[in-house]
Amino acid sequence: MSVFRSTIPDVAADEPMVQLLAADGTRSPHPEFDAVLAGSGLATPERLRGYYRDMVMIRAADLEATSLQRQGQLGLWASALGQEAAQIGAGHASREQDYLVPTYREHGVAWARGIEPWRLLELFRGISHGGWDPNALRTHPYMIVLGSQAPHAVGYAMGLQRDGVVGTGDPTTDASVLALFGDGASSEGEVAESFTFAASFQAPVVFYTQNNQWAISVPTSVQSRVPLAQRSRGWGIPSVRVDGNDVLAVLGAVRSALDSARAGNGPMFVEALTYRMAAHTTSDDASRYRPAAEEEEWAAKDPILRLRRHLEQQGEIDEQYVTRCDEEAHDLAMQLHHHIHGMEDPDPVRMFDHPYAEPHPIVDAERAEYLEYISQFEDEEERA
Amino acid sequence: MNAASAGPAGSPASTIVTVPLNDPGEGLTEAEILDIKVAVGDRVEINAPVVEVETAKSAVELSTHVAGTVVAILVAVGDEVPVGTGLIQVDTSGDPAPAPTGAADGSETDPSAEEVAEQVAAPAEAPAAAAGTEEPKNLVGYGSRSAPARRRRRRAAPAQSEDGGQVPIDRILAKPPVRKLARDLGVALHDVLATGPEGTVTRQDVLAAQQRAFGGESDGDFFPEESPQAPEGLGGAMKTTRDQAFSGVTSDERTTRVPIRSMRKRTAEAMVASAFTAPHVTVFNEIDMTRSLQIISQLRASREWADVKVSPLAVIAKALLVAIRRNPEVNGSWDEAAQEIVYKHYVNLGIAAATPRGLIVPNLKDAHLMTLRELAEGIGELARTARAGRTSLRDTRDGTITVTNYGVFDIDSGTPILNPGESAILGVGAIKEKPWVVEGQVVPRQVASLSLSFDHRLIDGALGAELLRDVSAVLEDPSLGLVWG
Repeated sequence: MSVFRSTIPDVAADEPMVQLLAADGTRSPHPEFDAVLAGSGLATPERLRGYYRDMVMIRAADLEATSLQRQGQLGLWASALGQEAAQIGAGHASREQDYLVPTYREHGVAWARGIEPWRLLELFRGISHGGWDPNALRTHPYMIVLGSQAPHAVGYAMGLQRDGVVGTGDPTTDASVLALFGDGASSEGEVAESFTFAASFQAPVVFYTQNNQWAISVPTSVQSRVPLAQRSRGWGIPSVRVDGNDVLAVLGAVRSALDSARAGNGPMFVEALTYRMAAHTTSDDASRYRPAAEEEEWAAKDPILRLRRHLEQQGEIDEQYVTRCDEEAHDLAMQLHHHIHGMEDPDPVRMFDHPYAEPHPIVDAERAEYLEYISQFEDEEERA
Repeated sequence: MNAASAGPAGSPASTIVTVPLNDPGEGLTEAEILDIKVAVGDRVEINAPVVEVETAKSAVELSTHVAGTVVAILVAVGDEVPVGTGLIQVDTSGDPAPAPTGAADGSETDPSAEEVAEQVAAPAEAPAAAAGTEEPKNLVGYGSRSAPARRRRRRAAPAQSEDGGQVPIDRILAKPPVRKLARDLGVALHDVLATGPEGTVTRQDVLAAQQRAFGGESDGDFFPEESPQAPEGLGGAMKTTRDQAFSGVTSDERTTRVPIRSMRKRTAEAMVASAFTAPHVTVFNEIDMTRSLQIISQLRASREWADVKVSPLAVIAKALLVAIRRNPEVNGSWDEAAQEIVYKHYVNLGIAAATPRGLIVPNLKDAHLMTLRELAEGIGELARTARAGRTSLRDTRDGTITVTNYGVFDIDSGTPILNPGESAILGVGAIKEKPWVVEGQVVPRQVASLSLSFDHRLIDGALGAELLRDVSAVLEDPSLGLVWG
């Protein structure tokens, strides 16, 4: 029997959580995921060290972004602190041809897909609409509206079906879609509707929920009376709950779910239990609604420390590597710091460049009107 | 964007960079300084937390964007400062550990996109060499980071004032009987010099304050003897209404100049103070008073009420008191000095009275405890006293809400100005027989227009409308007084 279940336990709270790495780094065997990880080559010591570095780097970039916001350089920042394993794992579990549909809090996923952090920072600075080529990187732009990820992803997956790149048996071309959203977005009606569509059309999509315990200030327990992993089963979408702070469990679950979808077996659902260590955004103060003890409890389950302990136990990491990662992370943070602080305001006319792929008369008219409007101020500057 | 940036590393010239308060939320304009985490002389690294602030939304730590030595702290704990205010100043000149990418030429300081891209594109590659700087590598990993300081949930209680003797305005200590005495005498407690043990206000303090305020007259006449008011027969024999010529009045054939003093001056100051400090909003409602007038007729006819003049004003006052009971927030005042809104648990109902010497607004103390009969008697007494020029200062002090009956001048409607210190005033227009639609039929009814001006700083439009609607409802259907009263 697969860990992906189709039935709900009699006692809902009995939903098991798959974990391969305990908080102290102890590795438990897991026949199903061990096979997936071994077959995919995703869990070699080299790869694991790479994930460790990725997580250290993205956390440094994340902390730097928060500082930059406090220094007036970003309008807002949504920190993903604590969710590094859930994101680095999911990002690396997907294949290059898979299409990922993120929210605005997927910095680790973006990193794993090769999206440079400053592109994310430019978005939060308000000078970019997205900043990367979704087709080239097979990663949709960040979407601020939560819940919209699910129907977009299902639509894309149904498109893949119609393109004939699902279930052909060719691992280099068969593709699937990873829809990313959180526990809060799960309450949106469009997520439920997307389940219906995905199940009806057996679309090659994996719904991946990072349950970070808090929908802004509302704990998951309020809007999810049963474990989130159990919801999709009502639609006939098999699902599993994994430890989202365990990069190996995330890799195993997301990789096998995507493989299944890619093979034409229909949608899957993965719930990764993690924790948003920071506030919802820089405009939020988490200490107003959640107890410090809870944050401390989750800090003890930290995904980065956990992987480091595992690698140390295996003798696959040394102090030199750890130090080097920290130094690189610091350098990355400082580069972002100076890059963003040194930024010039872009030409505002740029904002008219990308709403449509092709020339559009209304946008052209608006651009002309705007140019005329700002030309007044140029005159003033000249006079002054 | 902030133009300040790290100065040239190792530059001999002093480079002072100010770390400003940036908008820590979305569109916030000010913040309160909760804590200052550095001292002059401290060495700070980039992103080191320097100040903790609380905004309307959250408590946040603000960090410095430059490294160097703190040379000045520009704010103090408890300050509320607007966005853009300098928080600290950092001397970046002697920075022994320049940022890794810092360079003398600003154009080369910022890493190009490509440089960062290399970092990303080669996730498993080692850097060419260890940087070898002395900067602490404390950006990552909870293990190596010291536990973040717990943020306070709310602003801590205000620190005990260092200048011991002064009692904060919101912490006036006085026993209830003394408070009552002050209220009865119209003395504001925060005007009183406290001499009692531990800064308490004593009975003697209140009496002394009253002596000072009223120049020795404990229950003085509202109208000073020399009160010059423009009398009837302007331009003729200029006299006071007490038939005393008053000083300073000059006349020629076409004009008479009267010094602005006393009553007129007091009225003018009060009106200016009220009109230009309290943003006034006025709402209007035309109502059918027929049923209220029927009740008044019945009362007038009854033997128990034979010696009381029941006026529509008394009924309107009662309706207002009932409505205040349902909307107690209107019975408050704006205390600018203390930055507080003071909600009164009592109603001292002001009745604007036109007297030969001008407008005065004596009030019925504790009107909220009065029956309709007591109101009617009280209003009658106030009016008689005012017309006789015997209104005491005490009668005009500490009003909480006012009714002005311009209907006596046969006027339909107006926009009353608030009695200073109050937040609402009900204007009552003339009651006239007018066509009114009742159940689809146009019938003659006794119709009056009510207006309500209120201080928009503390009373929102919805609340003001609610109050006027409730007053109207009681007057249109007095039986509601049984339900709501």
